[in-house]
Amino acid sequence: MKRVHWKALLLRPQFFALAAVLLINWLLFPGFFDITLQDGRLFGSVIDVLNRGAPVAILAIGMTAVIATKGVDLSVGAVMAIAGAVAAVLVTGGASAVVAVAAALAVGVLCGLWNGVLVTYLEIQPIIATLVLMVAGRGLAQLVTEGSIVTFSDPVLIFIGTGAVLGMPMPIVIASVLAIGATLIVRKTALGLLIEAVGVNRSAARFAGISSGLLLMVVYTFAGFCAATSGLIVAGDIRGADANNAGLWLELDAILAVVIGGTSLLGGRFSIPMSVVGALIIQAMNTGILISGFSPEFNLVVKSGVIILILVLQAPMVAQSLRKRFTAERKA
Amino acid sequence: MNRALRPLVATTAIFALAYLAAVVQFPAMFSTRVMGNFLTDNAFLGIAAVGMTFVIISGGIDLSVGAVIGFTTVLNAVLIMWLGLHPLLAFAISLGVAAAFGAVMGAAIHYLKVPSFIVTLAGMFLARGGASVLSPDSIGIKHELYTTISKSYILLPGGGRLTVIGMIMLLVFAFGIVLAHRTRFGSYVYALGGSEVSAGLMGVPVARTTILIYTLSATLAGLAGIVFSLYTSAGYSLSALGVELDAIAAVVIGGTLLTGGYGFIAGTFIGVMLQGLVQTYIVFDGTLSSWWTKIVIGGLLFLFILLQRLVFSAAAPRRKVFWKT
Repeated sequence: MKRVHWKALLLRPQFFALAAVLLINWLLFPGFFDITLQDGRLFGSVIDVLNRGAPVAILAIGMTAVIATKGVDLSVGAVMAIAGAVAAVLVTGGASAVVAVAAALAVGVLCGLWNGVLVTYLEIQPIIATLVLMVAGRGLAQLVTEGSIVTFSDPVLIFIGTGAVLGMPMPIVIASVLAIGATLIVRKTALGLLIEAVGVNRSAARFAGISSGLLLMVVYTFAGFCAATSGLIVAGDIRGADANNAGLWLELDAILAVVIGGTSLLGGRFSIPMSVVGALIIQAMNTGILISGFSPEFNLVVKSGVIILILVLQAPMVAQSLRKRFTAERKA
Repeated sequence: MNRALRPLVATTAIFALAYLAAVVQFPAMFSTRVMGNFLTDNAFLGIAAVGMTFVIISGGIDLSVGAVIGFTTVLNAVLIMWLGLHPLLAFAISLGVAAAFGAVMGAAIHYLKVPSFIVTLAGMFLARGGASVLSPDSIGIKHELYTTISKSYILLPGGGRLTVIGMIMLLVFAFGIVLAHRTRFGSYVYALGGSEVSAGLMGVPVARTTILIYTLSATLAGLAGIVFSLYTSAGYSLSALGVELDAIAAVVIGGTLLTGGYGFIAGTFIGVMLQGLVQTYIVFDGTLSSWWTKIVIGGLLFLFILLQRLVFSAAAPRRKVFWKT
């Protein structure tokens, strides 16, 4: 395996974008990088960006693997709502927090398996296969909560959303562990290579002896697991399960984070850490707009502007014309 | 029977059976009143779904329709109430803005070679954001034309009302059917969905057709927005949230293949009516909660995708195993 060149890695456009957004935030709000320690927990705008960005970052980790196989998972937002609802209902029904968390994660895995079966064995296009759960999932979550917002006061569940370990808020810890763990698993084993092979050409991968069906099942299940984890964090954060709004449109943010991170929607080469960086860019923009006093409505406009910019920069036509100009300059 | 029409027949049969089952339980559902309301309540969804059908037949997807509907309602309200324009002029401006918006998205999809999913996602953010920047609050629309339109209808035998917006939807469907099956543009759309490369080699103007498809979809979404503002007499940036999903569901339930190249506008009409039926049934039943709508529509979506798979694997015998992807 080729060794990673840290310099080349840090020179990627995504880091420039993140630095630029953070710089703008700092100019708008000079106290942006201040971090204080209160009651054994770190506070500050930067910590806030990491903390608020964690749910999307976790979704993006699972989404990266799915998109690398040339798929997409639209159901993650709905799965978040289902997982939060299951945990909240169990805990208010008297079950222990461990059971509730395990059940929520199990439901997430189950949802992922369902998507995987549709994509792998029924050979349905991923967008459509996961659309089924996206449409029905929120209804199922409401079925679990019986239409109301279920609030709870279980300390363990709340700790997942708002607690801190060694000063670091829990969502950041969970996201970091998942990101590092997933990266190590795909990069220190052949798994990442196999996922890329399936994403580039599923038939060719099969001829090469890769059991692509099993691999797809694993990938979608992992996305479901990530979504459930994210759903637990969001539920713990607001101390309740809101079937209507938990994770609403977050699937789009997660896909956006993956695309900003440089993973192509056409499958193939992928990078989990870069997707996490993408999620942080999105959150840094959100936070920046909030602290600068603009109304949050501008958020969507700015976000779409950033997507358009990235699309134009990544477009083959633009890359070609840039290359032409570059070679022309060298000749001259 | 023509094998190609099979999914359409299946959808129609399922709708007829479902309606029959509903009528057996609640005889009052079999009336022109209920049918008239089907048309009125789902008019905006139906109009948007026609555009979505063209996009999906061409092998793409348009996630921006709900946001364009929301944006158009706000733009209409702003033009009429704040600037004092006549509604008809406001309608023309809104349709023009929507068409330009769709043309830009189509151009981006073709020239930047980006999946339609991402481009229209950006379009969705832009339209929703633009709408809330225009006005984050709901604006009520008061104008004689609005009251006249919402009051005028054709009385059907049995007391049902065919409202103006219901008629607009029926006209849009008729227009869509003619456009898809009887014009050169229609065959270009099907060709593009079959294979963009072969379509290009056969002389289909790929760039123009792609841009026109998304222009059509956005214009119809704009028209749906106008209908929605007539329906609610208000403009609100968050109206029609998630309608793109309902529209996609209606198209799929109507038998159009998401891989492109195959589908019917008429099927989409049945898809929209089936969703209306589910909602009406839940209202009639009274004990079922509204979230069942989503679950049932999700279930129907799954059922129809499965049905398509079965029909198509039966229709086209598998070639040698080598080429199975």
